[in-house]
Amino acid sequence: MEEEQPIICVRGLHNQFGDQVIHHELNLDVGRGEILGVVGGSGTGKSVLMRSIIGLQKPQHGEIEVFGEHLLGRSEAETVDIRKRWGVLFQGGALFSTLTVAENVMVPIREFYPDMDRRFRQEVAKYKVGLSGLPPEAGPKYPSELSGGMKKRAGVARALALDPELLFLDEPTAGLDPIGAAAFDNLIKELQKTLGLTVFLITHDLDTLHAICDRVAVLADQQVIAVGTIPELLALDHPWIQEYFNGPRGRMAMPQVADGT
Amino acid sequence: MTVPGDFVEEMMEDGVMALRFSGDLSMATVEDLPERLSSYDGDAQKIDLSDVGYVDTVGAWLIYRTARDIRVEIVGADPAVDQLIRTVGGVDPPTDVRPDPPNPILRILNDVGESTTIAITTFAGLVGFFGAVVGAALSLMLHPGRIRWNAVIQRFDVVGVRALGIVGLMSFLIGLVIAQQGAVQLRQFGAEVFTVNLVGRLTLRELGVLMTAIMVAGRSGSAFAAQIGTMKLTEEIDAMRTIGVSPIEALVLPRVFAAVIMLPLLGFYASVVAIIGGGVLSWVALDIPPATFFTRIREVVPITDVYVGLVKAPVFGAIIAISGCYQGMQVKGNAEQVGFRTTAAVVQAIFMVIVLDAFFAVFFTWIGWS
Repeated sequence: MEEEQPIICVRGLHNQFGDQVIHHELNLDVGRGEILGVVGGSGTGKSVLMRSIIGLQKPQHGEIEVFGEHLLGRSEAETVDIRKRWGVLFQGGALFSTLTVAENVMVPIREFYPDMDRRFRQEVAKYKVGLSGLPPEAGPKYPSELSGGMKKRAGVARALALDPELLFLDEPTAGLDPIGAAAFDNLIKELQKTLGLTVFLITHDLDTLHAICDRVAVLADQQVIAVGTIPELLALDHPWIQEYFNGPRGRMAMPQVADGT
Repeated sequence: MTVPGDFVEEMMEDGVMALRFSGDLSMATVEDLPERLSSYDGDAQKIDLSDVGYVDTVGAWLIYRTARDIRVEIVGADPAVDQLIRTVGGVDPPTDVRPDPPNPILRILNDVGESTTIAITTFAGLVGFFGAVVGAALSLMLHPGRIRWNAVIQRFDVVGVRALGIVGLMSFLIGLVIAQQGAVQLRQFGAEVFTVNLVGRLTLRELGVLMTAIMVAGRSGSAFAAQIGTMKLTEEIDAMRTIGVSPIEALVLPRVFAAVIMLPLLGFYASVVAIIGGGVLSWVALDIPPATFFTRIREVVPITDVYVGLVKAPVFGAIIAISGCYQGMQVKGNAEQVGFRTTAAVVQAIFMVIVLDAFFAVFFTWIGWS
């Protein structure tokens, strides 16, 4: 059954820069329709893991399957059909600075569906801008005219351009104010529900973890040391996990503490 | 398995005409549906979705748009599709793709006005920037401890030493060409021997320094603009200011200083190499042996020709470095600006060098150095 097969399946991943081993024998599964949060200290290779999955970083060895298809060792041309089923939001937004927001959204559409009618392509780009929660006046603006939060939303609009099934988000709420970050969390949750997305979410934001993540994967010691819901993780007595969720910031973000119960 | 989306016009059981969609309605399967639906002008009263398969937001938008344009209701959608249609419909009216294009006449007027203001503000800005550089240079002279020797020496290397190869090759070839062309023309009067005058005076007075200035503007002026422009974009310049480091002192002065010192050296070197090039050709083509050639050079080239070149060169160097740094400092916004400003720096520098060269020519003739 397709439902039971994980969308992302990483096995025995090994990444190394020079002598520095980033990942060793790393395994991870992401199920269909879930929001998986990925946490870990700085330098534990969260972004490297994401870059390995989306093919920007070639691991030394290991197996990566997305949508049930092997990705490693295949050329870019061979993986086009897989790559157009995911969208990526980079940390800084990585918007093309010489194009307007709406034009940024049109880039992947033109790239993957060159035969689509130009007017319809524009319409698609326009409602995607709206879907990502940007006001109508943001469409014809250039990225340099947008605030940090709007850039992130524009990045989401571009990531959603091809109606992906899988969305990669690299620290989407970093650098946003708490209100903006909460609104962004809601946006992701909403989109995930209405579009049926699977979300791979790297974050340091404990509020985001509590608010929207179905499961959380913890990266430490070159591996994914635990995957589970937050209560499941809390039951483990790994020192880093305890420190992370039960440290002063972790406790503040805990829903029951915030509710005063 | 995906089935391309399609629609038919069909009478429903309740006697109402309906647009019946079938197949998958997604980005990959809509194909020419948008055009066909845009040109649809039947009299359907309903849109029936009971036969559709997979629907993504593109399909949902297409259905929403059709329903909106022909003003009919949607029936038979399953709850998820219905939700999707309402979500994409919720962001209608959508946004624009590009900023509104202005009226053409206004645009021309606007462009003319803008170019004029840019020309004036660039000139004013350049003068202001020049003043700031001179001011900073004077203040550094009072506090020589603040001079960043590391940066200056590094610029000497980049602007001067590393340019030796290309400037030398260029000058050698120019010397060769001048001698060859000069010899061909002067032979008609039996005056080939004046080729030596031509090569010696032309390169020392004009071409050595001028060609070097153009080469340095292309090599280093552009690099200055691009480096400083990129630092502007990444907020490094702002960071410097907040730490209390003056960007003029740290970035601009070392570059200006390096260009001012290096251009006379490079220019003189270029002239000498060009004379050697001319000497080689004279030896091969005119049978003038090198010893005679250089004796002739010393006889026919007045020392003032060397001074002319050496006086002009530092001025050209300052112009190149200042316009490079100035344009770099003007970068704001996006990466395209860096390219635009880099081009502007080189064009501006070469233009001003050539204009000033003409003024210098008149001036030196006037004071009798001819």
